Order: sequence, then C-alpha cells, then structure tokens
Amino acid sequence: MNVSGLIHFFLFPGLLFAIPAAWLYVWGERKAVALMQRRIGPPLLQPFYDFVKLIGKRTPSRHGIEADLLRLWPALSVLSMIGAIAMLPVFPGGRGFSGDAVLLVALLELPSICFILAGFTSGSIYGEIGAIREAVLSVANNVVFLLSIVTIAVTERTFRLADIAGGSWNPGHWIGVFGILLCIPAKLRLNPFSTSSAEQEIYSGPLTEYAGAALAMWELAHGLEWVALTGFVATLVLPATGPWWFHAVSFVAVSFAEVLLLSTIAAATARFTLQRAIKFYWQWAGILAILVVSSAIYMGYRW
Amino acid sequence: MNLFKRLMNKCRRKSPFLFHLNTGSCNGCDIELITCLSPRYDVEQLGIHLEGSPRHADILCITGPVTRTTLEAVKTVYSQVCEPKAVVALGSCPASCNVFAGSPVIAGPLSKHIPVDVYVPGCPPHPDAIIDAIARAAEILAERGVSAKTKGEPQK
Repeated sequence: MNVSGLIHFFLFPGLLFAIPAAWLYVWGERKAVALMQRRIGPPLLQPFYDFVKLIGKRTPSRHGIEADLLRLWPALSVLSMIGAIAMLPVFPGGRGFSGDAVLLVALLELPSICFILAGFTSGSIYGEIGAIREAVLSVANNVVFLLSIVTIAVTERTFRLADIAGGSWNPGHWIGVFGILLCIPAKLRLNPFSTSSAEQEIYSGPLTEYAGAALAMWELAHGLEWVALTGFVATLVLPATGPWWFHAVSFVAVSFAEVLLLSTIAAATARFTLQRAIKFYWQWAGILAILVVSSAIYMGYRW
Repeated sequence: MNLFKRLMNKCRRKSPFLFHLNTGSCNGCDIELITCLSPRYDVEQLGIHLEGSPRHADILCITGPVTRTTLEAVKTVYSQVCEPKAVVALGSCPASCNVFAGSPVIAGPLSKHIPVDVYVPGCPPHPDAIIDAIARAAEILAERGVSAKTKGEPQK
C-alpha cells in the first residue's frame, strides 16, 4: 500500500474526516427537519453528546454466541462504511485506493445486511418485523441502485471508480446519478422509506434490543452511511479538474447540500407502507432504470 | 474528577432520551408531554429525544395512577432501562393516585413500586413544568452516573 492510500484511509476522506463528518451530517439532518417544522433544533454537538452518553451506559450482560453476534453487526457496519468512504475517488488521478464500483456497492450494502441480521439475532418480535421490512425494501431499492450504477459504468465504459468519477456531459451519467439519489432515502431508512425502523409502530425495529456502546456504534454507522452515500454522489457530479483543495472543499459542500435536500424531502413526506415503497421502486423507478440501461448499452455500442 | 468523567457528565446532561409509559392515564398528561416536542416548546434544543425502546432511554416518564393490569409492565420497563437512569412521574396520578385513590383496580402510587426521582404536580402539568422536570432529571442522571461509578455498583 502506498502513502496516499494510507492518507485516504486514515485522514481524508477516511477515519479522521469521516467520523466528525458523520456527526455533522446527522446534525444537518436533524436541524433541517427541525427548521422545516419551524423548530430551532438540536445544537451542533448533539450527535457527539449522544454518542459519548451511549458509550457510558451500563448495558445488561449477555452471554454466548448471540452476545458476540449482536456486538459484531454494528462493528462490521462501521468498518465497511469507513472502507467505502476511503475508497471514494475524491481526488482525480486514481491515487489512493484504486477501487472498483462493484466493491463499493458490496461495502455500501453491508450495513443493510448487518441491520437485517441484527434484527433476527436480537430475538425481539419488533426486531424481526423490522428486519423483514428492511430485507424487502433492500431488494426493492437495490434493483434501481444497481441499474443506475450499471448505466454510469456503461456510459463511461468502465467499472473503475476513478474513471467514472467526475461529471461528464453524457446524459446517461446524469440519469444514473438521479437513480442513485432516488435510492439513498431507502438506503438511509429516511422518510418516506422508514418502515424498517418505524418508531411508535414497531418501537425501533431491529435496534429495539440494542443499548449502550453497541447502539452508539449503530448511530455512528448510520452517520457514516450518510457520508459514504452522499460522498459517492458528490464524486460523480463534481468536475474532474482543479486543485486538490477545491476537490476536498467541494466534496464536503456538495455532500452536505445533499444531506439538507434529502432531510427536507424526509421532513415533507409521510411514511410509505411497504407495498407502496416496493411499487415505487419496481414499477416506476425500475421501468425507468431498465429503459435507461438499455438505451445506454445501445448508445455504447454505436460509439 | 478527570477530564473523561467531566465530558461524560456533560454529555449525560445534554442528551437525555425519554421513554414514555402510560399506566392508565386519562391521556391529559400524555398530550402535554407530546406538546413539549412541538414547535412551540421544541425540547430537541436541550437534546431531549423521545425513544421507541426503553433500552435506548435514560429517563422514564410515567403518567397515570398505575392500574393493576399495568403494574407488571411498569416493573418490566423500569428494569429494561439501562443504568444510569431516572424516573419522572408526570401529573398528580402517579404521585397520589389523584381522584382514583382508594379504587380496587389501582395499585399506585408509583413510588410504592419503583423509586421516583422527580414529581411534576398538576392535572395535567404545564409543558414548562415538564421540561423543567426533565432537565432536573438529567442533572440527577449525571450525578448518579458519577456516584455509581465511584462506588463500583453492580450492573443490574
């Protein structure tokens, strides 16, 4: 591994940047929702306070394989998200981890799988219902998500992240970005796709039995998911030229703008039923995605 | 007190998560508690958050005079909240059973069954009083975290 790879993993956009950014984005989400409801909202450091407080809670002691698994799922989510964030091609030129979009998709999918497994491991009925909902929603939105990435890959004729990054003038690229943006609310379990962790309905879904440090890890993983998904879109839309500081600043600015946009949509919508969410992804977005992919492949052959 | 403990204290004061339990209340106090989350009072400014699961909560907000059918639920939910924890009794019912005192179906007052930290009198109490009580409970939470740690109390 080269030096710039280490910098990518530990400094920017990896560990040192990603964790404070996760808290900042979660704050941005809560603040945007509060402002939409004409409230003042939480202070800037609120996600940090919540994290430290949860670390300090004394949790009931569990034993056996179930206890280890319940600790493993949030840790795995956090690690996979930090890996995904470190892979993002923030700086053009392919330095750092020269990853592949397929690996990124796999890493982005891990928290959702861990979330489902956590629900089933917890043994709580609410956890199981939440896990089933998350599994169904994941199947629904991943069709569109994968087809969007395939659309971008076909228009750029590569799966290498460093090469598909950077806004191009090809319409296929932008339709792919739009498709990814459509899937982010479901991946982040935001309104209107928040059925899997529907509070006041199934308590907290798969996280009902979690407490203390493990719950803090889940909160952190959720924030890191924000950073990874909005950052992925940011790398796809930003231009590939310019000095390094411009890339760093615009990466953060565009990601944060996406956070505000998605939170505003979340605040303005009500929760879909599971059936309606599937219909949204498979019927409308799915048909659109298939049309776009086929036209992108057709255009790709013609060039 | 070292730096880490001071930070932990501050965070406990700044982020109390609530779990709301109705033990046979007439809904008057429940409505007043929900009012605190509304734009007019906006308790999220103080880091207060209403949680769906008692496992996530720090402060248990109990309304109602504790009927016989809800007594076991009260004890179970109280044991599910992780230490350090605090209990806020909202309204006159959990404090004194109010107009239901003497009824054969009432097992209250609440303090007979679980320790209560803050009482909020009123039928129903004003949202300002509820916010004040939760802020006091958060202070108690921070103190309790420190004292329990120095004494080395068991986990349960």
